[in-house]
Amino acid sequence: MAITVRRPNLSWKERIYLPAILSGMVITMRHLKNMIFGRTKVTMEYPEEKWDSHMPEHYRGAPALVRDVAGRIRCVACQLCEFICPPRAIKIIPGELPGDDKFAKVEKYPNEFDIDMIRCIYCGMCEEVCPEQAIFLRKDYAITGFTREDMVHDKEKLLEIGGVMHGVVLKWNEKK
Amino acid sequence: MSDQVSAPVPLVNVQVDGVWRQFPKGTRLIEACEQAGSYVPRYCYHKKLSSPGNCRMCLIEMGMPKMGPDRKPVTGDDGMPLINWMPRPQISCAQDVAEGMGVRTTSPLVEDCRRGVMEFLLINHPLDCPICDQAGECRLQEFSVQYGNAESRFLENKVKKPKNVELGPRVTLDDERCILCSRCIRFCQEIAKDDVLGFIDRGSHSVLTAHPQKKLENNYSLNTVDICPVGALTSSDFRFKMRVWFLKETKSFCTSCATGCNTVIGTREGVVYRQTPRENDAVNSSWMCDYGRLNFDYLHSHRRLLEPKIYSGGTLVPADWQTVIADAAGQLKHFNGPQIAIIASGRMTNEELWLTSRLAQSLGVHLIDIVPHRGAGDEILLSEDRNPNTNGARLLRISEEPGARLQTIARAVERGDVKALVVLGENPLEAGISADALSALPAFVLLDLLENPATRYATALLPSAGFAEKRGSMINGKGRLQRLNRAVSPPGQARDDWEILRDLIQAVSGQNGIYTIEEVFAQMSQSVREFSGLSLSKIGDLGVQVMESAESPSPDEPAKNEGNKPESEKAAS
Ligand code: SF4
Ligand code: SF4
Ligand code: SF4
Ligand code: SF4
Repeated sequence: MAITVRRPNLSWKERIYLPAILSGMVITMRHLKNMIFGRTKVTMEYPEEKWDSHMPEHYRGAPALVRDVAGRIRCVACQLCEFICPPRAIKIIPGELPGDDKFAKVEKYPNEFDIDMIRCIYCGMCEEVCPEQAIFLRKDYAITGFTREDMVHDKEKLLEIGGVMHGVVLKWNEKK
Repeated sequence: MSDQVSAPVPLVNVQVDGVWRQFPKGTRLIEACEQAGSYVPRYCYHKKLSSPGNCRMCLIEMGMPKMGPDRKPVTGDDGMPLINWMPRPQISCAQDVAEGMGVRTTSPLVEDCRRGVMEFLLINHPLDCPICDQAGECRLQEFSVQYGNAESRFLENKVKKPKNVELGPRVTLDDERCILCSRCIRFCQEIAKDDVLGFIDRGSHSVLTAHPQKKLENNYSLNTVDICPVGALTSSDFRFKMRVWFLKETKSFCTSCATGCNTVIGTREGVVYRQTPRENDAVNSSWMCDYGRLNFDYLHSHRRLLEPKIYSGGTLVPADWQTVIADAAGQLKHFNGPQIAIIASGRMTNEELWLTSRLAQSLGVHLIDIVPHRGAGDEILLSEDRNPNTNGARLLRISEEPGARLQTIARAVERGDVKALVVLGENPLEAGISADALSALPAFVLLDLLENPATRYATALLPSAGFAEKRGSMINGKGRLQRLNRAVSPPGQARDDWEILRDLIQAVSGQNGIYTIEEVFAQMSQSVREFSGLSLSKIGDLGVQVMESAESPSPDEPAKNEGNKPESEKAAS
């Protein structure tokens, strides 16, 4: 069944359309004035100009592995993040630290640690579940690559993004 | 438990958490509570071992009937005795049920006790969960969540103990994690009969250790890893390989000897990571030997055969399955029955052996046998017969006496009387056939798992599946029919053995009509009396007794298929 749309009944003010044109001109003039007095906000020139300095404290960027002040890779390959990761982006192959290693007390370390950044949804679950304060979501947001393989962050890449973390619990000290 | 109804053991009345129930006399109180649905947490108690009562986790409140002046129990309104509760908690693992006994498993006193025990256990316990292989199946974790406190009140330094100790070739010990339950010590004394473990030092400095100059190296050492309630004892083989919560568990049984210990296979994404024993009192109690447990790595060996191949132009070249099957069948059909011999394997399932005998029938083959494999056995579980299905081969008439006809086959091949040889899962070089004779054979159809020195002489190569990659049934040394379940898929183009054999029969003789392994079993059960009325699903997880056992039968095994006795004895002789 056809529906008849009623056309609006225009008042005489609307029909002569001059008031509308005038109010438009007023807005244009206001912008002109703001520009002259330097009060207009313009487009950010990304990527020459970055958003970084405006990033809020809670921003969740790329997940990354961190070292502590002693230089130890904090991850012990417990694989909890691999388990919790909703899109299954993480893949870990654990290894055993050799007995003469500086950090041999920890016994276990990630031999391989891959995060597929095509899969990662930046949810932060890995950071939340980690019992070792070893994985953190950093502020990196521009994750690009030409191939799918480029988009898989391996252990070296993750440590590079992560850097050194200060102020974390040092439970693997010799004394503890 | 079934003996509750049938056994002549008298029943006693016990009140568990306010409800009166009946239990057979002699039942452990901790088991009675569990049967009543009130699980009592425990560390040191294990139902297959003695009860030292040293962990104190199973404390409960207990009472005995209130006695009147006439030395008779005073009964309440419900006609049941009134209970005189003891003021102090009791351990439930070292007590048998008694008439009129009362138990409270959830009272405030009991919960307080558990919290206290948990707190003491955790005083010196390291924060190792992230690197501990037990995490995920650790009683200390579980009971800590259920009965423990959220926080520790201890600020003192923890006692340091040896970590990462090699207790034996297959077991790694972490003394800081040990809660001194003594299960491992009792296992070694009572089950493995190899008393090498013990505690030294006192108080919070007590540690578990092996006797000086000795190691925990008996063939049952890895069972201590299973029963250790915490991560103090871990398997050196499984160490740090995979977290247990990723493992998919498939019920199966061990195929490394004729005992056929029931197992759980732990796999993830097509990789077998471990085997652990599964309780079956008619077969292996709760244990298995280390040899069988670790005998699975060949499934992921680089020697696995991955492609079907045919002999063409002087070498073996890969081809698709259809071509290879048609080619193999063509080679065999070229000869008549007496010119063909089949060497089957006692590692094949009943279904595969049944199809093998059908293949032999349609080719008219009479020279057929399996290769015996023997090794040193022991008094505990490991059988001298390392073929898991010798009894199946006997029952299915593949081989009355394993190996009896091998000599004849070998001689016939050497002499050139046999022109076509079918070998299923065995190495003919080990069966007494020389490499020269093999290479001279016009047709040598080989179905196998791993590459070996005989592989290159094959004229048709059929890659098959390992024990964790297929379904099927086998009969263990005691005549028990058990079921294999598929835990992972075969690698590459390898296929289920029964499918390959079915296709081969089809290509040889045309007739068939078998599409599933259930149909193979159904056909088999129609002509084999011992299997009548059974199907793969009816075998169940614990198996079915189908033959009189040659070895001494287990006392708690209900006798089944009694009527088959004469028949099966004939088959076994
Ligand atoms: S942020 Fe979320 S999706 Fe990304 S790796 Fe961590 S858990 Fe996985
Ligand atoms: S949760 Fe933390 S310690 Fe565990 S594997 Fe992930 S990053 Fe490593
Ligand atoms: S090692 Fe394990 S089984 Fe042995 S006493 Fe310690 S906690 Fe118990
Ligand atoms: S006794 Fe035999 S069946 Fe049992 S685990 Fe050992 S090898 Fe396997």
